[in-house]
Amino acid sequence: MTDSDVKLVYQRPAGFDARTTHYCPGCTHGVAHRLVAEVLEEMGELHNTIGVAPVGCAVFAYNYFSFDFVEAAHGRAPAMATGIKRTLPSKTVFTYQGDGDMASIGMGEIVAAAARGELITAIFINNTNYGMTGGQMAPTTLPGQVTTSSPKGRDVERQGYPIKLAEMLATLDGAAYIARRSLHDARSIRQAKKAIRTAFEAQRQGLGFTMVELLSICPTNWGLNVADSRKWLADHMLPFYPVGDFKVNPAINAAGGN
Amino acid sequence: MAKELIKGNIAVAETALRVGLVSYFGYPITPQTELLEHLSARMPDLGRAFVQAESELGAINMVYGAACTGHRTMTSSSSPGISLMMEGISYISGTELPAVIVNVVRGGPGLGNIAPSQGDYNQMVHGGGHGEYHLLVLAPASVQEAVELTALAFDLAEKYRTIVAIMMDGSLGQMMEPAELPPFVPLREEVPDWAVKAIPGKPRVVLSSINIDPPAQERFNLRNELKWQKIRRDEVRFREYYLEDAEYVVVGYGTVGRIALSAVRTAREKGIKVGLLRPITLKPFPVEAVERLVPQAKAFLVTEANNGMMLDDIRGLVKGLKPVEFYGRMGGVLPYPDEILDAIEALVKGPLTLEGDPRDRWLAVLEQKIGVGV
Repeated sequence: MTDSDVKLVYQRPAGFDARTTHYCPGCTHGVAHRLVAEVLEEMGELHNTIGVAPVGCAVFAYNYFSFDFVEAAHGRAPAMATGIKRTLPSKTVFTYQGDGDMASIGMGEIVAAAARGELITAIFINNTNYGMTGGQMAPTTLPGQVTTSSPKGRDVERQGYPIKLAEMLATLDGAAYIARRSLHDARSIRQAKKAIRTAFEAQRQGLGFTMVELLSICPTNWGLNVADSRKWLADHMLPFYPVGDFKVNPAINAAGGN
Repeated sequence: MAKELIKGNIAVAETALRVGLVSYFGYPITPQTELLEHLSARMPDLGRAFVQAESELGAINMVYGAACTGHRTMTSSSSPGISLMMEGISYISGTELPAVIVNVVRGGPGLGNIAPSQGDYNQMVHGGGHGEYHLLVLAPASVQEAVELTALAFDLAEKYRTIVAIMMDGSLGQMMEPAELPPFVPLREEVPDWAVKAIPGKPRVVLSSINIDPPAQERFNLRNELKWQKIRRDEVRFREYYLEDAEYVVVGYGTVGRIALSAVRTAREKGIKVGLLRPITLKPFPVEAVERLVPQAKAFLVTEANNGMMLDDIRGLVKGLKPVEFYGRMGGVLPYPDEILDAIEALVKGPLTLEGDPRDRWLAVLEQKIGVGV
């Protein structure tokens, strides 16, 4: 076999650094990172982008991407991204946040950024628990779901109901594109990539705030293997958190992504 | 440029804008709000960033993001809002970023009131946020000085990659005085190497306050302490009044320093050899200026609009060698000149003592004066 016979079908995206992951085996953070990196590369935005990392499992997200990054305080990524975007309006700016970060401690910042129509994109990882601190109840934890801080299952009478963030942010006039996708199988992942592309395109078009919620698995804290985790997501999360587009500004030029 | 009659809050806002403020993020709170209002009108017209944030927490984190770009950024607030900003202040310090924060201090604790106070001295000077960090803290005593210190604040913030806080009080923020503002300078084009800029061909920049490896965090903290050592050496600022032959030394800063100056002048007219040391940098504190006065002083009088926060610092410097007495008002009440004069005359009358706690003697005086039982 000669070199010319070799067809490269899969490689590290240009938006990634050559680095070993710290994420647990089977975790979908790596998939989400890769989708963001691929989209930015395909849009030619890699060297025009500044990312904002959260507190949580993705706290070291900046270690994996090859472009400029900053690290926010817990929940404050949308505020920090606002400061960057308002100062450097020609740059593509995005936050990458988990469910505790965005839907609990950072609820004020994300709602205000969306309402202002801040020209940033938020990538929201919903895996129904606080991963980094070892699997506590998150605002997205499903009713009855066992976590280390809801050991008998989330009792909605005492611990309240999960927050459907995509549906909630979609009610705000400042939002241009709000979507939920899932990362539990290949088909869903392809759809997730398209949504991420649409969000970044809408940001580039200056249409308003954009957010893509990505339903994700957490095999380590769920106590399931990867295959069972994917099945758990499909069986339990998808009925509660339906995928779809919850807000689409009609001016979005979808030619690039969809 | 000619002098104009201008309110303290607006003078600070306009000065910041003229010396190259690129972005401002704030939240309304009395007695600071005119600063935000002025910039809400001026910044967009100049094509610069203004955001009225959802909270002080949002505002300081917007400042954090903007500071990462290396462009001049600022926020302003008053005491309860500054408490909320403590999170961001620690993070910005932990990332070594330049930013300017204006605290127009009001009476507290809690919601307190909207009257002038110096109750945030400890929060500004001795921390308030988590971890080891230092703020440079400037305390103007007039609108003109607030203008000059605002311009200086941006230079110092960039020189040392640190937060510079301007600690005013409600009266200085609200008061109108003649002041000369600096001329407009054009915005600087170049951006420091350490800033995030997302420009092709430039090395990647990551800005973070994380050092997950404790020895790495310790090295960062050590470097910060060494930087602070240099700031302590080079950036101390203060004013001295009538101190050459002074037997009694009054120490006061900001508006209270200015009120104390009136009392000192009246005392001088009465033949009392008294002078005033007015710290302008509350941090770095004018340590040597205090120490130099110890041999000549018969006694010190510390005066503040709080319960004796700088008092502890002065006592630490005087080291029990000379009597230190205190006169302060709290909760949004400023001392009047005649009250400080009374305290000066009490020093002269004596007896002076190195015994006991000056705070106890002050509390006895104040309790007699405003009469509350416990």
